[in-house]
Amino acid sequence: MNWGSFAEFVAMGGYAPFVWGSYGVAALCIAGEIALVLRRIKKIRRATVRVASA
Amino acid sequence: MFSALYTYASPQAFYPLAGRMIPWFASAAVLFAAAGLYVGFFVAPTDATQGEAYRIIFLHVPAAWMSMFIYLVMAGWAGLGLVLNTRLSGMMASALAPTGAMFTFLALWSGALWGRPTWGTYWVWDARLTSELILLFLYLGFIALKEAIEDPRRADRASAILALVGVVNVPIIYFSVQWWNTLHQGASVSLTAAPKMAATMLAGMLLMVLAAWMYSIAVSLARVRAIILERERDAAWVREAVA
Repeated sequence: MNWGSFAEFVAMGGYAPFVWGSYGVAALCIAGEIALVLRRIKKIRRATVRVASA
Repeated sequence: MFSALYTYASPQAFYPLAGRMIPWFASAAVLFAAAGLYVGFFVAPTDATQGEAYRIIFLHVPAAWMSMFIYLVMAGWAGLGLVLNTRLSGMMASALAPTGAMFTFLALWSGALWGRPTWGTYWVWDARLTSELILLFLYLGFIALKEAIEDPRRADRASAILALVGVVNVPIIYFSVQWWNTLHQGASVSLTAAPKMAATMLAGMLLMVLAAWMYSIAVSLARVRAIILERERDAAWVREAVA
């Protein structure tokens, strides 16, 4: 185990902005990509159902 | 085997197959990422020279590898579509491009945040960083060209040529640290030599690479399903599939 406490873990040995800045933006990008793909699928499915039932 | 390949080369057959594969790849991505982050943050020791800043490696290296690998796969599909004129190929290439662009951005972003504490700068115009930036522009150009041409089959052909020309950039990125005197370090992991890092660091990195692979496959399959529906929306099978 590398960390004595949660605060130590968050501090990342003084490199917190760099380490969490990297992982935080990565998490946002991945969550954003998943949300965009799901929205795209939903949109086209809805449009197709509308045409089919029209 | 080839008959199976031909069967699934039709969007109609591939659509449900992709749907069945997504949960498996997505679950594997979550498991590998959890294991990789655990090893990366709690098992791998502090680096003697870089302190905790080195932990960016568990994100940076997988992102950089995926950025190059996805480009090769994307160009491969695009080239296949150009030669065989199969509809699914262009759709696969389109589905991969945004994910490749995202990993390229993340490689550049995490590299900048790693460079600042270790090199003293966010950015330098050295061969590795510059060629990776060109890769991002190639992805964005590929996406923009597809969007700009109305007829999807023509868009596939035009963007395939762009993708294939851009392939030359991938070995330039990969070998840039050998060919030029760069600020970026050389390869830490190669097939021919023992890795230049601690076993637990390597394990964490490889778990994150596997997670990135599984994620890329899952999200690209989900996107290609959307693209199939968009392009085949007038076909009878699509109406049955979504009903």
